Amino acid sequence: MVQWLARSVLPVMTIIAAIVLIWYAAAVPMNAGRTYMMAPDDAEIALPDLVSDTWAQKKPRLPVPHQIVVEVRKQATFSWIWKEKRRGYKRSLIYHTWVTLSSTIFGFVLGLVLGVSLSLAIVYSRVMDLSVMPWVITSQTIPIIAIAPMIIVIMAAGGMTGLMPKGVISMYLSYFPIVVGMTKGLRSSEPILEDQMKTWSATAFQTFWLLRLPSAMPFLFPAMKIGLAAALVGAVVAELPSGARAGLGARLLVFSYRSETIPMWANLVSAALLAGILVVSFGLLERAVNRRLGFRNAGDVTS
Amino acid sequence: MMLVVSAFVLWAGLWALNIILARRLSEQHARIAVPVIFGLTLVLVVELMVRGLNVSFVILPKPSEMVVRLFTSYEMLWEDFAQTILKGALTGYIVGCGAALMVAFLASWSDFLRRGLLPLGNFVAALPVVGLAPIMVMWFGFGWESKAAIVVSMCFFPMLVNCVQGLAATNAIERDLFKTYAASPVQQLGLLRLPAAMPFVLNGLKVCTPLALIGAIVAEFFGSPSVGMGFRIKTSVGSLSLDLVWAEIIVAAIAGTGFFGLLLIIERSLTFWHPSQRR
Repeated sequence: MVQWLARSVLPVMTIIAAIVLIWYAAAVPMNAGRTYMMAPDDAEIALPDLVSDTWAQKKPRLPVPHQIVVEVRKQATFSWIWKEKRRGYKRSLIYHTWVTLSSTIFGFVLGLVLGVSLSLAIVYSRVMDLSVMPWVITSQTIPIIAIAPMIIVIMAAGGMTGLMPKGVISMYLSYFPIVVGMTKGLRSSEPILEDQMKTWSATAFQTFWLLRLPSAMPFLFPAMKIGLAAALVGAVVAELPSGARAGLGARLLVFSYRSETIPMWANLVSAALLAGILVVSFGLLERAVNRRLGFRNAGDVTS
Repeated sequence: MMLVVSAFVLWAGLWALNIILARRLSEQHARIAVPVIFGLTLVLVVELMVRGLNVSFVILPKPSEMVVRLFTSYEMLWEDFAQTILKGALTGYIVGCGAALMVAFLASWSDFLRRGLLPLGNFVAALPVVGLAPIMVMWFGFGWESKAAIVVSMCFFPMLVNCVQGLAATNAIERDLFKTYAASPVQQLGLLRLPAAMPFVLNGLKVCTPLALIGAIVAEFFGSPSVGMGFRIKTSVGSLSLDLVWAEIIVAAIAGTGFFGLLLIIERSLTFWHPSQRR
């Protein structure tokens, strides 16, 4: 237990502490301009006063962590869930996080299905590899934000609104890392092992199920984590041009127009917490699968 | 109706042609011919479908109209390209990936730093960092600097995670072998750890390429001078000149694909030994 604390928790905590310290220090010069602007012309401001003012402004250029924590706690209300007529949900961070989470998960599942099936087709069919792979790459160089409004328009013409277009935009971003990682993984089994399977006269399916798929796992899981993150980016970005009222991206746009920086950071923090929960749960799954398949985990003790 | 039917016939015919070409042609020729034919098929099918089904210009312009627009306003498109991609995205990409590589080197020498950075880097790589775009625009102004800043913050952590993992990718047998050869730390770095890290580094570079494009364009939605691809897309959607929007999309696609292709060539020459590169 003590060893685990020293090996895993202590380094992370040290770096987080360093970041928080730098953050507080950086807030002073970043926000000092406003303090001087509000003060009378040739006033001398003592350092303690300057520091306390820059850490407590209403619309600072860089809000300090405790201001953001206070804002998150103020906005993260659950009470609308059991209130009559669900009043006040529009101000709740929990509600907007849920809206973004639902389209993230939806888009990620779509992207996972599309990505894995595409990479299977690419690995097993030469025509698919030759014709589709360059276009998969090209698809990612088309900035999604540009076609997002058009996806929404085209899908609305087909009678689909709300979750569906946002999910498609998330899928568009999340399938790419999965295709790249899974294709690389499926091709990463050592030739000697494939020859071994051949000498055992394994069927194509057995080679896939017992050799290629397990050896793809260490590539698939990092790819899935990137894909999940990309799906969240997609969900946030999709809310920018769609005129959406709900969701973290929509709130971010509203607050940026009013230059209310503290709520902006509160929204970013809840998006970060959401991403963190998703990635940590995938990390646990990855460790379990890797251990079961006999791969080394990144954090394991190495000799 | 005729046009729609002919679209399907064309699809089937060219797909069959591709199957034959993939079998008959040599590796080098097939690698170029097959994707080109596939792309042409897609474009032709979309053109025929849009004509056949009378799709409104407001929903989807004909591909031929997009190409015409690409040539008629190429000067404007070039200015947007230079502003967004050369100044914003490329600067940010180089600075962000370079900084990540350097931090990864530091982390590879200190086990403590590696244990602290890897979980944190993984965590931050998963955050929707693009949300910082409005804040970067507030800090660095409307010019390309704010776009480069958001690209740096988007590329840094995915690249860092890949580099740290790559520099730790050697196994005990390989390191023992170098020890028995009495290799110096520099030799071990140059001959063992760096080559072993290369597949991961290039993977990181590839993952960051679309991120850089998205970051630079999204940041322009929050404020930009009256030039730039994101600005042009935003204003053109507003004035319903969708052919110009698609022309910008084509430019972005060409730029991104060209860069990605360059990375693939580098990858092939540097990591020719990796199982995924075997022919």
